[in-house]
Amino acid sequence: MNNFMAWIEKRLPLMDAMNKHAAQYPAPKNFNFWYVFGILASVILVNQIVTGIWLTMNYEPSGAGAFASIEYIMRDVDYGWLLRYMHSTGASAFFIVIYMHMFRGLLYGSYQKPRELLWIFGMFIFLVLMAEAFMGYLLPWGNMSYWGAQVIISLFGAIPVIGEELTIWIKGDYVISGATLNRFFALHVIALPLVLVVLVFLHILALHEVGSNNPDGTDIKKPKGSVPPEELSKFKFHKQYSEKYDIVDAIPFHPYYTVKDLVAVVIFLIVFCWVMFFIPEGGGYFIEAPNFEPANGLKTPEHIVPVWYFGPFFTILRVIPDKLFGMIGMFAAIGMLFALPWFDRGIVKSIRFRSKLHFLNLTQFAISFIVLGILGTLPATDFLNMVGRVASLGYFGFFIALWFYSKNEKTKPVPERVSG
Amino acid sequence: MSNAPVNNGRRRFLTAATSVVGGVGVVGVAVPFIGSWNPSARAKAAGAPVEINVSKVQPGQLIRAEWRGKPIYVIRRTEETLKALANHEDQLRDPESVEPQQPDYATNEYRSIKPEFMVALGVCTHLGCAPTYHKDDFSEMVEGVKGGFFCPCHGSKFDLAGRVFQGVPAPLNLVVPEHSFPTEGTLLIGVGQGEA
Repeated sequence: MNNFMAWIEKRLPLMDAMNKHAAQYPAPKNFNFWYVFGILASVILVNQIVTGIWLTMNYEPSGAGAFASIEYIMRDVDYGWLLRYMHSTGASAFFIVIYMHMFRGLLYGSYQKPRELLWIFGMFIFLVLMAEAFMGYLLPWGNMSYWGAQVIISLFGAIPVIGEELTIWIKGDYVISGATLNRFFALHVIALPLVLVVLVFLHILALHEVGSNNPDGTDIKKPKGSVPPEELSKFKFHKQYSEKYDIVDAIPFHPYYTVKDLVAVVIFLIVFCWVMFFIPEGGGYFIEAPNFEPANGLKTPEHIVPVWYFGPFFTILRVIPDKLFGMIGMFAAIGMLFALPWFDRGIVKSIRFRSKLHFLNLTQFAISFIVLGILGTLPATDFLNMVGRVASLGYFGFFIALWFYSKNEKTKPVPERVSG
Repeated sequence: MSNAPVNNGRRRFLTAATSVVGGVGVVGVAVPFIGSWNPSARAKAAGAPVEINVSKVQPGQLIRAEWRGKPIYVIRRTEETLKALANHEDQLRDPESVEPQQPDYATNEYRSIKPEFMVALGVCTHLGCAPTYHKDDFSEMVEGVKGGFFCPCHGSKFDLAGRVFQGVPAPLNLVVPEHSFPTEGTLLIGVGQGEA
């Protein structure tokens, strides 16, 4: 066996890669609860890919057959209901976990230098995930699938000059039809998942190059030779890291964090299974009521609301009275996140050592985001639109304010070593 | 790059030339991939403009046609009907047609190109049912208004310019599709005035 492993290793250094990225990867020893969501996202990604492959085995991507094939999966295929609920619950869980993962980045400044590119890869993952979810939601060909897609695609019609032509090109027809369904299916099951997997790979490579941040926002890699030997981490790390730096306050990712993450995965799966078995429709938020009837271009649902995870961005779109500016506002909301590493001109990373002002700004941002999300699932009224405008100001204001105060922010001294 | 003795100018030229030719190739290959997203010939045929002969439509008569899967109502309104349109404007939600439910060339008091011909989608703006045409007996629904549309599903009411009455579930006027009159007696649905 050992000979066989050596034979492989000589030709493809698998064990070396395993060591570099797991068994001898130096992870800060003070990770907290907020650091489990990356792993949870990976677990869900695997779930989505595997259940997705199985769903395609019985799904029929055509205007005439799609809705009936979903009913067939739900009623006639052995365990079809389970596979579908794993997939649909997984979609919502994916966004919960990703939003938590992103908020962790905001809390501890994980987007700041030198992790800008890591953050940007993450944002691309978020963007592809939204496209993936949007296209996936059309596939059951329910009435909310149809009208949700109708609303989003018609947004592109607001672009001057080419808008109308562009929407026809996207739809492949003058109305949303089987042609649209088929291309969304192709993108949902092949194109975007491939892109997603590549981006996740790059995200992890970029992470391991610059190293993990931690709740203190300190650096666990010190210049070579600057740390007395008795203070160095006692663990063996891959030479890629230990030859370049003196590593302190770190433990190997495996087995220490794999075991810790396993606890998180188990707790997560308990909650996930509870939702999947007892409230798979998520009270109408994960699978909306109008989606239990087939797509009908002549019958508009009473309130067209997107699935909850698009809520914040949909609200920004809706509260701006002009269609074109609404669309610009919605995309700008995502663009701001991309540019976050450059809005924040501060040096101190973690909220623990930043100013009271930053704490308040981040708090109001989180509240604004949640309010926008809730509004996105409610029918629009004049009052709620006003609330939505205030929350939108809060959302954009976070970035603008950050840019101004972060330059000369009053921060607390950051300790050299992690505080525990 | 090696430090072997090479002609760098020639190497740069070849690199640039290869990149340009390769770039042209990429653009060329992109054409079929982007083009295949256009509506297919079948979709185009199904969505083609519809021509309707309206020369034999009697005053007051409604005829139906289908365009892109949706019912089209065409009514030849009488002088009397046109005059009466102004009488009930205070009971309408959007008497001036402010909401963009019609093309620019039909944004006028009659919501039409030719005052006598009203063209609209027979799709209620509430939940998409088909409103029924009441030529003479609409005053049972709205007092003092002789003709109009009544949606049997949830009771939305529209006048003979497709304008919605207040106090009904439908929020907007009926949609006037793109249309034009290429010759005196023919109506073309799907091609706007001045486009063809």
